[in-house]
Amino acid sequence: MTRKKRQQSADTPPHLQLHVPEPAARPGQAPDFSKLEIPPAGVLPQPPVDAPEPELRVFPFGLIRVLDDAHQAVGAWDPQLPVATLREGLRHMLLTRTFDDRMLRVQRQGKTSFYMKSTGEEAVAVAQAYALDPKDMLFPSYRQQGLLIARNWPLLDMMCQIFNNSRDRLKGRQLPIMYSSKEAGFFSISGNLGTQLPQAVGWAMASAIRHDTRIAAGWIGDGTTAEADFHYAMTFAAVYQAPVILNVVNNQWAISSFQGFAGGERATFAARAIGSGIPGLRVDGNDFLAVYAVTRWAAARARRNLGPTLIELFTYRAAAHSTSDDPAAYRPQDEGAKWPLGDPIERLKQHLIKLKAWDEKRHAELTKELDEKVKADLKEAESYGTLGSVPVAPDSMFEDVFKDMPPHLERQRRELLGN
Amino acid sequence: MASMNMIQAINSAMDVMMARDDSVVIFGEDVGYFGGVFRCTAGLQKKYGKTRVFDTPIAEGGILGTAIGMGVYGLRPVAEIQFADYIYPAFDQLVSEAARLRYRSGGEFWAPITVRAPCGGGIFGGQTHSQSPEGIFTHVCGLKTVMPSNPYDAKGLLIAAIEDDDPVMFFEPKRIYNGPFDGHHDRPLTPWAKHPAGEVPEGYYRIELGKAAVARPGTQATVITYGTMVHVCLKAVEESGVDAEVIDLRTLLPVDLDCIVESVSRTGRCVIVHEATHTGGYGAELSALVQEHCFWHLEAPIERVTGWDTPYPHALEWAYFPGPDRVAKALKRVMES
Repeated sequence: MTRKKRQQSADTPPHLQLHVPEPAARPGQAPDFSKLEIPPAGVLPQPPVDAPEPELRVFPFGLIRVLDDAHQAVGAWDPQLPVATLREGLRHMLLTRTFDDRMLRVQRQGKTSFYMKSTGEEAVAVAQAYALDPKDMLFPSYRQQGLLIARNWPLLDMMCQIFNNSRDRLKGRQLPIMYSSKEAGFFSISGNLGTQLPQAVGWAMASAIRHDTRIAAGWIGDGTTAEADFHYAMTFAAVYQAPVILNVVNNQWAISSFQGFAGGERATFAARAIGSGIPGLRVDGNDFLAVYAVTRWAAARARRNLGPTLIELFTYRAAAHSTSDDPAAYRPQDEGAKWPLGDPIERLKQHLIKLKAWDEKRHAELTKELDEKVKADLKEAESYGTLGSVPVAPDSMFEDVFKDMPPHLERQRRELLGN
Repeated sequence: MASMNMIQAINSAMDVMMARDDSVVIFGEDVGYFGGVFRCTAGLQKKYGKTRVFDTPIAEGGILGTAIGMGVYGLRPVAEIQFADYIYPAFDQLVSEAARLRYRSGGEFWAPITVRAPCGGGIFGGQTHSQSPEGIFTHVCGLKTVMPSNPYDAKGLLIAAIEDDDPVMFFEPKRIYNGPFDGHHDRPLTPWAKHPAGEVPEGYYRIELGKAAVARPGTQATVITYGTMVHVCLKAVEESGVDAEVIDLRTLLPVDLDCIVESVSRTGRCVIVHEATHTGGYGAELSALVQEHCFWHLEAPIERVTGWDTPYPHALEWAYFPGPDRVAKALKRVMES
């Protein structure tokens, strides 16, 4: 039978067609967010932290928002933070952005090989760090530098890692920004995607085994929800009711692949929680107050032995994935500027102004102060060397492969040293 | 001392360590209430409670991912992968995470995990219950790889592995769980009760990782092997009439190079035997080490006797398994050179 003669009828199935997702707009087109459903701020109730999961199934499909379009905090999720805390949060977010901007420039100057900014996502890391206890253990991905900054970790130490210089505690072994700080409760960033999520669950299980009070939190991006590690983490967290918060930072883009390639066209990422019986909260990731409130809720739940929570932080990656890609090649150039949920720093700033606790003059002064602080730290960091300028002792590469150096590595070390 | 088979010795090692160190936890598929499909964890949950010995979801990547997190917290996880053949979903967590964590964090974080996995064939397990993947792990910087050949060593090595602050892959040749199988599958198996290495102290003792044992001293040739093949090689030596020394490596990485070099330099002839496949296998590394360190002492080309480079064929198990006849032929070849 030729194709021409084939009749389409109720009992003749159509030819199958493969669906390949396509984002709403590509370069040269106007950004299109018409398909996003953005409910007003303040409409969702705040359930008690011990609410059973089946009663929470509205949240994965909603969007918890506190700051409304007039920059007022509204609704049950308003954490009612003191203005001093809000100002401190603004400071840490602005410091994160200032640091990012400066370090990108440093990379462009050839002083290091690589950088990743978190522009537009500062509220995710900073507000979540505020909502957790300083002793809680963090298993970040590579775009939560704000966690370290909010825990007041020295920028100088971060810069020395970025430069792989003589003060780099990681001894020049890691790509820039793959920080590690046991003291800050900040787990070594892998650079592999998603592996830290089941590790966060394991840490939380250990804390429960030991009857500790500390909880764990892990972060992955929307794209990484497609990895098996996400599924492992969800399953183990649910099975053992681990005291852990699993965060999916949905910043819309995984390098050049929009979140549709991780399954975001069909359901929200927070909705992945329902099949596991884990509460799923979906929050405006650019709303400092909402991010703080949901994280606080999830932390309280975990601390009371009520198990894990999955949080989808709905945000937008305003900068490139890294210094190795140009977003103009795959998305409209002004898409970030048109993001309907705005900019997290600007929104908290406007909220503080609305509260008469802040003004443009103070903001300008703070911006200048932070820029000077970053520049001063940078000057000191550069005095310890930039990438390649101060050679790390080459035989140090054989240390820490094992706790004690085995004979074969000792032989190789001697060979490298020429004796 | 007590008479133990390898399963009982492995169970005893974990029992001893759980009693000595409350940071030791054990988990894996079916290891808790049931005590493991090979019974290696039998009775431990009842004795130590189900938050220290527990069952897991069927997710090897999750088992080892959570084990790493527990190790970072400060526990000493002993995770069972039910069959070594099932370890591949966890490969990323082992290679990119467990093995490199200490290195990439400048020594700040590490995960002292022990991964137990029954390996090897000869049990009619087909291609998904018979593999010997140990060579893959020796190629990963930051992992230690161990394979015992008898109950006494299994207990001492497992205790050392659990106490080790680095991640240790602990492969258990399941064909010798119950007795020293010599490759003659058509004859009755001698139980461990009739073997000196089946006499095992009930308490604590360690066998240091990285130290080989001479299973049989000899003068004419050196056989380098480990696991089940130790017993196959001992039988082959007996049947060939060659006075060969048989080295049981016990730890593949770090390997006991001194023991190898001392023996091969003395005998001048070397046969390397493992059950795993040939090409790119651990035997190639051993062969290269012997060539690098003993070349001027060699009287004959180094021989390798291994599994064939095919998946493990169920019905053709005994054509695949490198038995004593193949080892004996290799011994004769090196003697004739």
